[in-house]
Amino acid sequence: MAAIDWGFSINRPRTIDIDNNNLRKSDEILREMPELQCCIGCGACTASCTAGNLTEFNFRKVHTLVRRGEYQGAYEEMNKCMLCGKCRLLCPRGINTRGVVMLIKRKLGDF
Amino acid sequence: MKHVVVIGGGIAGMQSALSLKKRGFDVTVVEKSNRLGGKLLNWHCLFPSFTPATEVTDTLKQRIADSGVEVRLNAEVVEFDRHHVVLADGERIECDAVVLCSGFTLFDARIKEEYGYGIYDNVYTSVDIEAMLNKGRVELKNGGRPRRIAFLHCVGSRDEKVCQRHCSKVCCVTGVKQAIEMKQLFPEADVFNFYMDIRMFGPGYEEMYREAQQKYNIHFVRGRISEAAPTIDGRLQLKAEDTLTGRPLKISVDMLVLLVGMRSNDDNARFAEHSGLQCAPSGFMAPADMFLSNVASGVGGIFYAGAVTAPKSVGEVLNDGAAVAEAVTGYLG
Ligand SMILES: Cc1cc2nc3c(=O)[nH]c(=O)nc-3n(C[C@H](O)[C@H](O)[C@H](O)COP(=O)(O)OP(=O)(O)OC[C@H]3O[C@@H](n4cnc5c(N)ncnc54)[C@H](O)[C@@H]3O)c2cc1C
Ligand code: SF4
Ligand code: SF4
Ligand code: SF4
Repeated sequence: MAAIDWGFSINRPRTIDIDNNNLRKSDEILREMPELQCCIGCGACTASCTAGNLTEFNFRKVHTLVRRGEYQGAYEEMNKCMLCGKCRLLCPRGINTRGVVMLIKRKLGDF
Repeated sequence: MKHVVVIGGGIAGMQSALSLKKRGFDVTVVEKSNRLGGKLLNWHCLFPSFTPATEVTDTLKQRIADSGVEVRLNAEVVEFDRHHVVLADGERIECDAVVLCSGFTLFDARIKEEYGYGIYDNVYTSVDIEAMLNKGRVELKNGGRPRRIAFLHCVGSRDEKVCQRHCSKVCCVTGVKQAIEMKQLFPEADVFNFYMDIRMFGPGYEEMYREAQQKYNIHFVRGRISEAAPTIDGRLQLKAEDTLTGRPLKISVDMLVLLVGMRSNDDNARFAEHSGLQCAPSGFMAPADMFLSNVASGVGGIFYAGAVTAPKSVGEVLNDGAAVAEAVTGYLG
């Protein structure tokens, strides 16, 4: 008998659970590029980003989630970056943003 | 010789007295506790230079001792006008002008019950941390070393729920300073600062903030903790929104530090009523003018210096001391 679709489902909790997230990767990323921790969340990178203006891609948000141990989808998101480097020209904290994109892609290919 | 009474022997009172004495006035400092120094006596090291607070208080105390300023300890002022200061025991001191340097009151963290101060173990205030640093021993209730520490900014500031709308100005800097101190003591610990806005208003402060991030790997999360709850293993679970990702966040920690605000002195309303002075909506004393007379009150012969008019850093308070001497000289001639 075919399963009946009752129209109900269970949502995955949206909470960032620092205790249960595996912070090893994010620690590794921050150890390789401590400057990433200097981000002040200003959003200048995202504001300038062509990819971000045409798609859902938000560089600031993706790397912030990665720092909290939320890796799922980060690699695919970072693939939307065209490495044009506009964001790097703007970042007031001098973060090598393209370097961050490359580092996250290198570290989180499996997630 | 004209006689000026300085109410309060904190750093504002001491610097005001020294500057007034230099200008040739006869000066009496009236302090309600048994020693000079005010709140600074409780702080360990001062931001942003990590200078021991005793370096400031001891130097000022020595200068007072050498200056010939009269100091009255254990003497609480209960009311005053420009010509008299009345002490708790009824004694009246005659004078020609008064400088009010009675400082601020610390916010009582127990009022924010949702954070569990005084209810759960290992919830501390920034004031407790300074005391522990002074004793040379920062530890958990069970004597252990914390592995994860959270600081919460704006406790008792910028919060209508506790009738404190103003920003206390120094607590962000104190929070970053103490986060660094915790990392120095416990390098293996993870430190998280939960902030609403980071306000680094002075020289060297932003640089210290950046160092906290880059050198000490302190995590800054923008979001106000909504509550703390004890976990079954005696830790604390915190809930907040990570507003920069738009997601709720939970985390358990060994130690929660509440960065308590500076609120207006409890005596301000009473003094204002008796002496015809104005309080700002925040409860701090309102100077006659924000720009050109910011150490004068609206009443001739009554002046202000230090944190009695607003949350201020040590440097700003000391500048007030010098400025008030100039203003009093203008008034008494
Ligand atoms: C947790 C914390 C940490 C801080 N750390 C720093 C720092 O690192 N660097 C920095 O620049 N600033 C710091 N500050 C700010 C600093 O504490 C204040 O700028 C300073 O204490 C204000 O000095 P004051 O003399 O105006 O007031 P207070 O220090 O409050 O002194 C007031 C004095 O007046 C006396 N008094 C009050 N009422 C009466 C009365 N009726 N009769 C007689 N005497 C009276 C009191 O007993 C007291 O001695 C910090 C503040 C807090 C809350
Ligand atoms: S380098 Fe990538 S993230 Fe930065 S602006 Fe260009 S496309 Fe956007
Ligand atoms: S521009 Fe730099 S500081 Fe601003 S959000 Fe982007 S990475 Fe962070
Ligand atoms: S200085 Fe910072 S912690 Fe203190 S009240 Fe202002 S914003 Fe909040």
